[in-house]
Amino acid sequence: MSDALDAAGPQAAWIARLWWISLWLCLAVFIGVMAALGLALWRSHRAARTAGDAPVRKDRALRVLVGSATLLSSVLLVGLLEVSVLTDRALERLPRGDALSIRVTAHQWWWEMVYEDARADHVFATANELVIPVGRPVVVTLEADDVIHSFWVPNLHGKKDLIPGRSTTIEFRADRAGRFVGRCAEFCGLQHAFMAYDVVALPPDRYAQWAEHERASAPEPQAADAVRGRELFLTGSCMLCHAVQGTSAQGRRGPDLTHFASRSHIGAGSIANSPQALARWIEDPQKLKPGANMPSHFLPADDLAALVAYLETLT
Amino acid sequence: MAEASSGLDAQAQAELARAWSDPPTFKGWICTLDHKAIARRFVVTALLFFFAGGVLGGLMRHQLSEPGKTLVGPDLYNQVFTMHGTTMMFLFAVPVMQGVALYLLPLMVGTRNTAFPRMSACSYWIYLIGGLTLFAGFACNTGADAGWFSYVPLAGPEYGFGKRSDFWNVLVNFTEATGLMLAVDLATTALKMRAPGMSLLRMPLFVWATMVSSVMIIFAMPTVMLGANLVQFDRMAGTHFFNPAEGGDALLWQHMFWYFGHPEVYFIFVPALGMISAIIPTFARRPMFGHRAIVLSLIATGFLSFGLWVHHMYATNLPELGKSFFTAMSFMIAIPSAVQLFCWIATIAGGRLVLKTPMLFIAGFFATLMIGGLTGIMLGSVPLDLQVHDTYFVVAHLHYVLIGGALYPLFGAIYYWFPKVYGRMLDERLGRWQFWLLSIGFNLTFFPLHVLGLHGMPRRIYTYTADTGWGPLKFVSWVGAMIEDASMALFVFNIVRAVWKGRPAEPDPWDGPTLEWAASSPPAPYNFERIPVVASAEPLWSPPASGPRWVAGLSTKLREGLVTTVLDALPDVRYLYPTPSPWPIVAAFTVGFWLVWSIFSNKGMLIGLLPPTIAFIAWYWPTKEEADAELEVEKRP
Amino acid sequence: MTRGPRREATPASVPAVPRGDELDVSGLPSYGFGTRSLMWWGTVAMCAIEGTAFGFMIVVYFYLRSLSQAWPAGGAAPDLGWGTFNLVIILLSAIPNWFADRAAIDHDLPVVRLTLVLGSLCGLALCAVRAMEFTVLNVRWDDGAYGSVIWMLMGLHTFNLVTDVVDTMVLTAVMFKQPLEGKRFVDIAENCGYWVFIVVTWVPIYAVVYWAPRF
Repeated sequence: MSDALDAAGPQAAWIARLWWISLWLCLAVFIGVMAALGLALWRSHRAARTAGDAPVRKDRALRVLVGSATLLSSVLLVGLLEVSVLTDRALERLPRGDALSIRVTAHQWWWEMVYEDARADHVFATANELVIPVGRPVVVTLEADDVIHSFWVPNLHGKKDLIPGRSTTIEFRADRAGRFVGRCAEFCGLQHAFMAYDVVALPPDRYAQWAEHERASAPEPQAADAVRGRELFLTGSCMLCHAVQGTSAQGRRGPDLTHFASRSHIGAGSIANSPQALARWIEDPQKLKPGANMPSHFLPADDLAALVAYLETLT
Repeated sequence: MAEASSGLDAQAQAELARAWSDPPTFKGWICTLDHKAIARRFVVTALLFFFAGGVLGGLMRHQLSEPGKTLVGPDLYNQVFTMHGTTMMFLFAVPVMQGVALYLLPLMVGTRNTAFPRMSACSYWIYLIGGLTLFAGFACNTGADAGWFSYVPLAGPEYGFGKRSDFWNVLVNFTEATGLMLAVDLATTALKMRAPGMSLLRMPLFVWATMVSSVMIIFAMPTVMLGANLVQFDRMAGTHFFNPAEGGDALLWQHMFWYFGHPEVYFIFVPALGMISAIIPTFARRPMFGHRAIVLSLIATGFLSFGLWVHHMYATNLPELGKSFFTAMSFMIAIPSAVQLFCWIATIAGGRLVLKTPMLFIAGFFATLMIGGLTGIMLGSVPLDLQVHDTYFVVAHLHYVLIGGALYPLFGAIYYWFPKVYGRMLDERLGRWQFWLLSIGFNLTFFPLHVLGLHGMPRRIYTYTADTGWGPLKFVSWVGAMIEDASMALFVFNIVRAVWKGRPAEPDPWDGPTLEWAASSPPAPYNFERIPVVASAEPLWSPPASGPRWVAGLSTKLREGLVTTVLDALPDVRYLYPTPSPWPIVAAFTVGFWLVWSIFSNKGMLIGLLPPTIAFIAWYWPTKEEADAELEVEKRP
Repeated sequence: MTRGPRREATPASVPAVPRGDELDVSGLPSYGFGTRSLMWWGTVAMCAIEGTAFGFMIVVYFYLRSLSQAWPAGGAAPDLGWGTFNLVIILLSAIPNWFADRAAIDHDLPVVRLTLVLGSLCGLALCAVRAMEFTVLNVRWDDGAYGSVIWMLMGLHTFNLVTDVVDTMVLTAVMFKQPLEGKRFVDIAENCGYWVFIVVTWVPIYAVVYWAPRF
């Protein structure tokens, strides 16, 4: 479950700290003001029951009280401002040495991740998942292809908008291993609700293994139906939108599927990844994610099975 | 102090009644320029929009009460939440506040009508046509669906399909035209038509609040009108204001919208502050403590509200240093609000409490608005905002400040002034029930949303899966919404029953300090038989001890009023009010026709200007009756 | 005297007469100029509203310019001819406008009628010149953000210009009707004030549209 207060890295931890300070301060102020109001109501009610038309007294005492309360409020606000600015500075001071560089492009309604590298042949793309090494800073470049989206992994950091025509970055670090959820946090149309990505923080050695595996092209399918499935993939409409490295499918309009079978979800968080779910998805994505840009494919049952078998080989 | 001893003889009274009467039946209803009639229309219509918006909100709560519900699909849901926000913000919150002010202002400052009654009359019809147009689009499944702040590029030509965002952009023209017309009328009335002796510092705090919010409106609303029209031009005429591929910028819209949008919430909040400042002295039985401080706080709030808008844009790639400046400003605006809170508490503490329903709602305001204001402080801080921006935490915050800061005072105001408007008392017991049901329901609905936001639930999603764990709190929220519905039902029942057979109200049932309580309940069309002279900020509690107490010498056969000087309200010029006229509604329909046509056609945008031009010329053109009336009482300066 | 009737008087120019517990205002004038007139405040509010819109549009111009590499994007700045001609005429138009204002306060009907007719003709001429300006902007409104912005700036001012020319013509017609109430002179004075607004707002818009791209 995603939780901004369950910080898995320094950025989220700083913000969580600020949250707790603010919460206690605001709670104290709330109780104080409500107590003052309660006291005022009580005294006023009591005064109403005494006879007579006593003139407005105690105004000098009230002036002192109001003045002090205003002064105290100002002091507390300045204090909180200071804490906020200090938190801001702490967030900016994340050490960036040896940072992992990832380029994320948001589309309606999926996430494209390109892992950058100084060596051109080490660059690889994936989609709807962000796998990062524990203990190493990550610098994510954020761009949007169509409308404004927002990148948000509550356990790791606050959010940053991806705005068409502008390129920006967000920096964070995971300090413990785990699975987290990232979501789009800026209303972006019909399927804003299903534009999530899995964020997996792996120990450095396991991350290195994963990255090595991702760089490799898709393995050759062995089983007959998987071979047939690849045939369907490359001669049908799939390759118009999707890419599988090592084949002639180089479509860029939809997620890269080279290692699709190792992902936890289909359709940017629409449904958990399994062969049965995949079959449902391919046949009628509109049913699971109405409005998604992937059309329905009502294939004959054995064709569908072959396609699924092929995609299951893309580990 | 009642109107009974006004001193006008029977003949003069009859003349006055005749001069201020409307033509009979339908014609009178269409052509009336009585600010009270127009204001009642505004408030009733706004409340109807409020209930429509509430139904939409209830639909949202229901859809989200469990994971994976299929009550409403994504397309309809997007229209529903857009319509909910747009209706509440543009068609309810601002018009209702302006409507209440339109009713009360002339009564509170001691005059017979507002400065530009035809403009206010026209603005109502523009408002109605605009609201109906928006809902017509929704009813045809082509309702606005890009959120109540309609960000581009989603609402732009490339991704905003069909006519949906066109309806939104044009609605903004309708509502902002209405808001501006009312603001100009109210501000001019407050400055120039006060009763003799009502210097600026003796002007009621409610009138100050109205004036501050009206001036804010004048400087903020043009921006969103301009922006919405720029988006319309992008959509309809091929311009590129917001197209990054051709030199435009998507963020430009956010700047333009929020420069208006932040002051906008203060157009709603500041009048509510005025309502509270009107109610508390009456029920604390003493003049407001810190009257001057509150005036200064209102003005400060007005100014500062223009310097906060970037706090809606912290998640964008604007420079970080700039963002911190807006944190400072956002914190700073809390100070004048705090000053007012403290002065109110001091007034209560130094008074003798009468706990009736209006005061109950004021107490509810304190608790609810404080929570909203404090979460607002949290949101003002950049790092914290980056976590909770665009989540249910913000939904919680905005409802706490809007319902706490505007709806509670509004209900208090309705219970307070209903006797004046309808001459009947609302039922106290029903009022208490309404209050408690509202408070319980509201907190159940919205408090859990703070937690949901921190647990990663973004805004504006039509459904979610069970593994998110959001289900239980969402269910609680739905239950709370139904309790709120019950409180609203009680409210409507109370109103309807009171209008029909409520206990008749005296002119001054609460023994209030300000001038509206000197008029009858309901007031006559001319408000006061004689304009009063004022010598204190609480005119009914401290009438002039010596010297004149009434104005004499205004015609009773014609609709004559008095214009006074701005600072000290010295009598300056006599003024003939306009008489009932069909031109306001005719002009409104021509404007409506033009704007609706422009949704569908660029040609319409140009040609459609012709009928309004003719209508406004006819509106202005002095008729022979008007000229004769002017000449009859003319005296050159 | 032009000062008295125009400025709000403190105390009031013709004071109300206290008589016992009544304040007799029957001696007060039935209209006043300047801040004494309700329409003055309405007109000033209108100027504030439109001025805010103009000001914002100019901000939009410089904002979008700050984000672009080339401004105008691969085109020429507008030709100076018609625009500068417009500037000259509109500044000159302030002269009959000033005379109209003074004449209105003095209730000098013949001069008011003359200056209004001149003002209307001048206004129509300005509209014609404005139409010519649109033909030499050297960019279309749909040709990038630059084109859109300057068409919008020109369009906003033109809308106001045309509105005020129509206003002026209507008022000219009113001043020829009988009977004529004195209050109409106040309307003339207000319109003169609004014309000053039209003139004054043209100067920065002219500077931004015609000169800013050259720097």
